Amino acid sequence: MEYIIIIISAVFVNNIVLAQFLGICPFLGVSSKVETAIGMSGAVTFVMTIAAIVTYLIMHYVLIPLEIGYMQTVAYILVIASLVQMVEIILKKVSPALYQALGVFLPLITTNCAILGVAILLVQKEFNLLESVVFAIANAVGFALALIVFAGIRESLDLVDLPKGMKGAPIALVVAGILALAFMGFAGIV
Amino acid sequence: MSQLTNFTKGFVKENPVFVLLLGMCPTLGTTTSAVNGLGMGLATTFVLVMANVVISLVKNVIPAKVRIPSYIVIIASFVTMVDLSMAGFLPALHAQLGLFIPLIVVNCIVLGRAEAFASKNTVGSSLIDGLGMGLGFSFALTLLGAVRELLGSGKVFGLSIYPDTYGMLVFILAPGAFIALGYLTAIMNRLAKK
Repeated sequence: MEYIIIIISAVFVNNIVLAQFLGICPFLGVSSKVETAIGMSGAVTFVMTIAAIVTYLIMHYVLIPLEIGYMQTVAYILVIASLVQMVEIILKKVSPALYQALGVFLPLITTNCAILGVAILLVQKEFNLLESVVFAIANAVGFALALIVFAGIRESLDLVDLPKGMKGAPIALVVAGILALAFMGFAGIV
Repeated sequence: MSQLTNFTKGFVKENPVFVLLLGMCPTLGTTTSAVNGLGMGLATTFVLVMANVVISLVKNVIPAKVRIPSYIVIIASFVTMVDLSMAGFLPALHAQLGLFIPLIVVNCIVLGRAEAFASKNTVGSSLIDGLGMGLGFSFALTLLGAVRELLGSGKVFGLSIYPDTYGMLVFILAPGAFIALGYLTAIMNRLAKK
């Protein structure tokens, strides 16, 4: 039951993009086409889950025993950066098809604050390993949901006749605001 | 480029938030009030200035291949300093900004300036560039914070402008952040074009 609560809460109620404001850069950057949005979502899900496991292990088996918890930020960002690089190299060898699909998005993920944000949230919420994995996957699904819905809206938005000043970023932000408003409807269900 | 234009470009022409659309996460996440926006802006400014100075000092020592990881470590060290000192001296503000302080590490502005400016320029102009960009970022965050606070609760910097029963709560919540930033960006684009 608690896992279901974690999932519903992360996907809908506290959506990582629309309620917590993490991962806004890819949300605005790669949302002009549904196809690229799906690719990016796949890459984020993949890296976020692995990053959650690895940072959990680093925290509990390296940083805490050595009593250097304050090195968290430095350690995490290094781990995530090298992890992304490693995933890229392994994917290239093991599954060229998947690499083709996710390839261009992988380097962008290092500076996706959603990955580091989730890793830090896991420590703050004091989850165990299984809860951490569930939380990471649920957040990635939440990210995917917001990104793909938003990309769908933006594709239709191309056909709209807008005032000059609102074209591009401003209208995208206003649309994201309305989407966030819709997601607020989920508040209170868990 | 004179040092003055180097300093002022961060405010309007190359404003990191309104024009370059960098650093969106803290911009949206921390601007529930003008004070929070200003606090976040100044914390980022400190990291930006220190990272720019240190990176321009060591730019000739670091091999080109490992420069990005080295920059990230330098930035992360300053972020940790800000995080710990803020938790010690300003616990209330630290609690408000929460997660977004450690996330300065992945703020694209900091790494962006390190790579685009500090790695190619002298210590002096990197310092001015960091300060200009940082203050431009702070300006944007404070402005957005003030607008949201005014519309949401009728206050600016905690000073009551009109009774807060007329405030539109949505501007303090998540959707208001996106909508207010969208319209501010449109206005800023208009001003920057003139």
